[in-house]
Amino acid sequence: MITLNINGKPQKVEAEADTPLLWVLRDELHMNGTKFGCGMALCGACTVHVDGQPTRACVMPVSSAVGKKITTIEAIGASPVGKRVQQAWAALEVPQCGYCQSGQIMAATALLRDIAHPTDKDIDQAMSGNICRCGTYQRIRLAIHKAAREA
Amino acid sequence: MNMSIGRMAVVVASAALAVMAWVVPATAALAGERKGDPALFDPVASVVMGPRCLNCHQVEGPHQKDWGVIHAQQVVRGADGHGSAVLRCQACHQASNTADGHVPGVPNWHLAPLSMNWQGLDKKQICEQMRDPKRNGNRKTPKEVIEHMKTDPLVLWAWNPGANRTKPVMSHEEFVKVLTTWADAGLPCPN
Repeated sequence: MITLNINGKPQKVEAEADTPLLWVLRDELHMNGTKFGCGMALCGACTVHVDGQPTRACVMPVSSAVGKKITTIEAIGASPVGKRVQQAWAALEVPQCGYCQSGQIMAATALLRDIAHPTDKDIDQAMSGNICRCGTYQRIRLAIHKAAREA
Repeated sequence: MNMSIGRMAVVVASAALAVMAWVVPATAALAGERKGDPALFDPVASVVMGPRCLNCHQVEGPHQKDWGVIHAQQVVRGADGHGSAVLRCQACHQASNTADGHVPGVPNWHLAPLSMNWQGLDKKQICEQMRDPKRNGNRKTPKEVIEHMKTDPLVLWAWNPGANRTKPVMSHEEFVKVLTTWADAGLPCPN
């Protein structure tokens, strides 16, 4: 039995040390907002925050997450920056199929927390690990700028 | 027959003496503190010029795969060699290889410091850089120069790269031997 700090709450789970954090989130805790995309840290769909840094939950052994603060899409709206990102996303209707969007919002929130008014280059360098097969990149960029303006 | 073997031996011995007479003063005069055979760097180069080393001794960002393609996701060096502000190496690279070896990992995965860039350098230039404290992470003695390659987990990963990545051309044990020989000779570089 291990204890994880997820969205500010301790959660006890039974899992092997090398089980990916994503498996624990989705299959054990039924927190399905974080998506499985590629399983190899190539697409960004499974992005969560670990101690504030975007991290690919599909390749992080759950044992590495012990003692760290994990934030998932389910709780991102509880922070002012995360709330602004969600509102900008809704206002500009960023998602198309939506599958990658929880990862996109996690990455965008971390970016705005670190760089309050990012340039297009900052956005590219922060978001380039989050792939969108619908190609919503232009709307993602606009929504990040909008969320920054409304700070 | 015996005569000719004897004559050949004399010729070979004279030639060897002549070479020694030329090499010793030439190398001493060449670099003062440097001595030893420049060819001693060749086996070192055969490892350090491989993709497992070169891919991270880069300027703008890491490269990957055996053909040294720019890292997917447009990964950049960032301010500290650990990626951009929120796309850090640790976003994907864990303390050990993951995803059946496809995602490489050791603790603190990162690029070599910018001062230790090898991008675009040839064998001689890499050798000279490796013994220059300004461009080798301030390693001053031959022992310090080879320490990184003997013990750094990032270097050792090259022998456990996962998936089907190419490993260096010799074992790490052999690599340490050629490094030690090269260091003991005073880190000679190709002319």
